Amino acid sequence: MKRFEFLIEWALFLCALLSIGTTVGIIGVLAVETFAFLREVPVTDFLFGTEWTPLFATPRFGVLPLVLGTVLVSTIAMVVALPMGLLSAIYLSEYAPPRVRRLIKPVLEILAGVPTVVYGYFALLFVTPLLQRFIPGLAGFNALGPGIVMGIMIMPLVSSLSEDAMQGVPRGLREGAYALGATRMQTSLRVVLPAAFSGITAACILAGARAVGETMIVAIAAGQQPRLTASPLVPVETMTAYIVQVSLGDTPQGTLEYRTIFAVGMLLFLGTFVLNLISAWLRARYREEYL
Amino acid sequence: MSRDATATRPPSLAAIAARGGPPPAIDRPVKIQAEGLNFYYGGTRALEDISIRIHSNVVTAFIGPSGCGKSTFLRTLNRMNDIIPGTCAEGKVLVDGVDIYKPGVDVVELRRRVGMVFQKSNPFPKSVFDNVAYGLRINGMAGSHSELAARVEESLRQAALWDEVKDRLHDSALAMSGGQQQRLCIARALAVRPDILLMDEPASALDPIATQRIEELVYDLKTTYTILIVTHNMQQAARVSDYTAFFWLGRLIEYDRTEKMFTAPAETLTEDYVTGRFG
Repeated sequence: MKRFEFLIEWALFLCALLSIGTTVGIIGVLAVETFAFLREVPVTDFLFGTEWTPLFATPRFGVLPLVLGTVLVSTIAMVVALPMGLLSAIYLSEYAPPRVRRLIKPVLEILAGVPTVVYGYFALLFVTPLLQRFIPGLAGFNALGPGIVMGIMIMPLVSSLSEDAMQGVPRGLREGAYALGATRMQTSLRVVLPAAFSGITAACILAGARAVGETMIVAIAAGQQPRLTASPLVPVETMTAYIVQVSLGDTPQGTLEYRTIFAVGMLLFLGTFVLNLISAWLRARYREEYL
Repeated sequence: MSRDATATRPPSLAAIAARGGPPPAIDRPVKIQAEGLNFYYGGTRALEDISIRIHSNVVTAFIGPSGCGKSTFLRTLNRMNDIIPGTCAEGKVLVDGVDIYKPGVDVVELRRRVGMVFQKSNPFPKSVFDNVAYGLRINGMAGSHSELAARVEESLRQAALWDEVKDRLHDSALAMSGGQQQRLCIARALAVRPDILLMDEPASALDPIATQRIEELVYDLKTTYTILIVTHNMQQAARVSDYTAFFWLGRLIEYDRTEKMFTAPAETLTEDYVTGRFG
């Protein structure tokens, strides 16, 4: 019996070790290839260059167009997801009767389970044509359509996590506000929302990290043209979409072009990692205050 | 420190009877009147046919064992139970002669007139000042900044908290001690100038010194407010209240002047409870 317990313990430990090992391995590969890349391309050219043409005869390795493309699409996504997500969280947490909440919350979370490739085609074949009716200058591939669709995709994340944060606010605070003659709206906006602020911020940052890392929608619908622009109407390329593009192409392994995807991948990883850290830190702080 | 040692020792029943002091005025007008009030949590009846008249500008204590309905009754008086799903009240509750369960009653206005202090102090995660100013702001009573500041100071003084917090009005309320937080909640409730103050076991989570301060406060406040206090602590009921109502299993068993309730109650059940035979 004791030996059996021992075996189980080790088996479980190995499983845990495997997942950590994988993560470390991935970071290791990223780091090694990035390092090799940076030996040939100066880091300042990479980070601050404004042209990204690694597959051209005279390659340029300025990553800014990709970063800007990512920021542009993510910003549009957040502009869509934050208000919608927050308002639905307020509704679900403060207004909806328990029965309605039990019905709506899972339905909302199903949105998060739709394969992103479906969202990508939805952006390309439905949303963009629809937008073109109102915005004549909109290209067939653009940042706006995928941005909006990505916003719809991450909205449930914002809503669900924010609602959890608001549910975590003690009932006593709500009662305190109601007892002073506060309406439901005043209680929600001026007491519950500020009290859940760090949890909600954490949710928003997590959603932002998700938007930055999202790949399929932008690879399909944003155009794959690295371009330094703030216009949401023309084709752009994000970091993730670029990685897809090169990975699917026939760039020979070990070349500088090939290594670009690791350098971009590293940058992406660092970006989302920092966002996740901030989010986790905020959530930890939030727990301290109320539990 | 020596002061509270005597204060926390329970007074004997004879001492309470001999305490004298101003006798509760029976000629005070009726402020709150319940008639045949029933209250349900889902299918469970928590209050059964409660009828009571509560007088203006006195302290009325509600006592009884856990689950007897005393807190539920208190919370029907500002319709705080409305926010709990699946509850329902039937019967009448008149505040200043108006039935507060009548359709069309403005609950927000009612709650401004009937303030409440809870068992667990619940300051908002804001500054001391903003906590007290909150009710004034949401009710459109803030006025100019100096008026607001004056009102905040007045409320904090009424709650006997001003001297302790005047130099840190803009610090977080959550940084204060438990007793200070509870007095802040009292100041917050007083700021909107209610007529009635409901206190749901306001001192149950506090140490003896803080408890004593709350009790002194209740005593001082009754000249201005009608105070209803739920308490588990019989000595506290005896010390602070003029009238006492004893609840048991959702029913009002006995309601009388406090000294009578504690020395010569009419019901055996009351006597058993106040002498500590059960509960």
